[in-house]
Amino acid sequence: MKAMTHFREIEGRSKGYYGLLVLLLFGIGLGLVAAALKGTYGHHITGMNNHVVWGLPHVFAIFLIVAASGALNVASIASVFGRKAYKPLAPLSGLLAITLLVGGLAVLVLDLGRPDRLIVAMTHYNFKSIFAWNIFLYTGFIAIVAVYLWFMMERRMNPHSTKVGYLAFIWRLILTTGTGSIFGFLVAREAYDAAILAPLFIALSFSLGLAVFLLVLMAAYNWTGRPLGDAILRRLKNLLGIFVAGVLYFVAVYHLTNLYATRLHGVEAFLLVHGGIYPFLFWFGQIALGSVLPLVLLFHPVWSRCRAVIAAACGLVILGGLAQLYVTIIGGQAYPLDLFPGHDVSSSFFDGVVAPYTPSAVEWMLGIGGVALALFMVTVAIKFLRFLPESLADDKVDPHHAAQAAAGAEPAKA
Amino acid sequence: MSHDSTPDLSRRRFITGAVGAVASLTVAPGIFLMQTNAQAGTKPGARWGLLINTNVCGDCNACVTACHKENGVGSMNRPTTDAQWIRKVNITDRATGHSRSLPVMCQHCEHPPCVDVCPTGASFRRADGIVLVNKHTCIGCRYCMMACPYKARSFIHEHLTDQVPHAPRGKGTVESCTLCVHRIDKGERTTACVEACHTEGNGAMVFGDLNDPNSEISRRLAEYGGAAIRADLGLNPGVRYQGL
Repeated sequence: MKAMTHFREIEGRSKGYYGLLVLLLFGIGLGLVAAALKGTYGHHITGMNNHVVWGLPHVFAIFLIVAASGALNVASIASVFGRKAYKPLAPLSGLLAITLLVGGLAVLVLDLGRPDRLIVAMTHYNFKSIFAWNIFLYTGFIAIVAVYLWFMMERRMNPHSTKVGYLAFIWRLILTTGTGSIFGFLVAREAYDAAILAPLFIALSFSLGLAVFLLVLMAAYNWTGRPLGDAILRRLKNLLGIFVAGVLYFVAVYHLTNLYATRLHGVEAFLLVHGGIYPFLFWFGQIALGSVLPLVLLFHPVWSRCRAVIAAACGLVILGGLAQLYVTIIGGQAYPLDLFPGHDVSSSFFDGVVAPYTPSAVEWMLGIGGVALALFMVTVAIKFLRFLPESLADDKVDPHHAAQAAAGAEPAKA
Repeated sequence: MSHDSTPDLSRRRFITGAVGAVASLTVAPGIFLMQTNAQAGTKPGARWGLLINTNVCGDCNACVTACHKENGVGSMNRPTTDAQWIRKVNITDRATGHSRSLPVMCQHCEHPPCVDVCPTGASFRRADGIVLVNKHTCIGCRYCMMACPYKARSFIHEHLTDQVPHAPRGKGTVESCTLCVHRIDKGERTTACVEACHTEGNGAMVFGDLNDPNSEISRRLAEYGGAAIRADLGLNPGVRYQGL
């Protein structure tokens, strides 16, 4: 038995819809103002400096890029792993993958010292640089997912969508490996220089991408009054829980490996115990609020039936991911480079001391601008193209569920 | 050959001659420039480097002041974003309590991580070992600053004026010690920091060709040895230290 899925544009005429567009446009405006201010006055108006060279914009940018590749997973589960229940969700999954990536890249590009030289980055390549590779991985990803969307949404091309789905899945794994390797390849800094950062980022992309996807899905269906069944939500929230646990596993292995090496005790003590904001964000933000609490919420036999709880868990996973990226990106730079092992070091250039960093309003504006851009594109796209199924009610999503429901059986668990 | 063809020939000769003259005028300056460079520029086969004797280096800041004056690097009174091409670092051995002060600048590595990570190839290493930033293709991503083990690079965080012509600096790009490449390319064989160290400081610094076994730097290294900062990274820096 095959369930037919009908996709339809949302109406997009309500005050709420236009209100959302205005809000997102305001967010994009904030980002553009921030970029203009930076371009006019230079980076000294940000909190970034010669010691913490990548700041909050990079936390937002990498969050969006990592979430982008993860958002595609729902489509991959349908086309690569053949789980038909996820198939109606695949177009939204592909759309989010593109928009989140564009939002992240916009932040990254606008934070360059010379964003006007983007054309240089497109014409001069050093292929030993993972950054140069990432330029191809990111643009290639957008192109492949665009074709994937086309093949999914154009009936004549449907038979080929699985092949492109495979390519997109492999590409996104390589892409996130490339993003993790931005840090993994930095041999000089003690918090980085670890191969495990690549799989850690892949796991992180699974959880962040799915959390964003779930929130967007629930918001879209709630606000448009379309039916969204419990069966698909239950599957997705269980999957999110597994991904969150997967990230915890990689984080644990990363820190345990570092703790075994005496030379890394200093950086570990800094990140986990006495580094001020960084241990606080790690234990409270990343671990307690961003991992443990969502796991409890997602797997609690009673609480997890409530949609608000699932949404809260998604929000917490996102906050935890931001905290994790803050600790990784900024904490890793704040800890002083060890030029002279075994020595106490001081200079006028912040040698031997924790590098100061406080994110400025300009950086928040730029980061929020990237998020708003991604969500704006989604909001507009679902009004003009058929990304969302008319119904994701249980009997539409899962034929078995429909059959069981008809027979009066309990709904199948994911 | 008809009588009529004579003017044609001479016209042809004229045109040929004119083209030849224009071509010569166009190409010649290039040839002359290259010849001039070959004579007064860097030395073929050289690897320029510095040797710093930390046993002699004192508390003075002459090398830093001279470098920043030479290259037009000024403070904006913002310590966290002010560029520093060279800095004095005070180190104290935790085990023995022995203290020293030494200058740290771009170490002009043979295998520079900044060059590896630069997406556009703006960070590059010259054949004579000097690591530079191409200010035309630097996009200001700061990945090189993340990769440098020596914290040798600075990002220009604000609009600058009154730069010196031989050291182009501009907002939004990364910069670092150039080993006074403008001097080397003019045929000089010293840097501002080394010069100041000899005239105002303790004479702790030597500049020279690491590939020339008869140069002072090579002779000193052969006799007394010299350590690299973070030698464990295997980058083979061109700046070496005695007494580390």
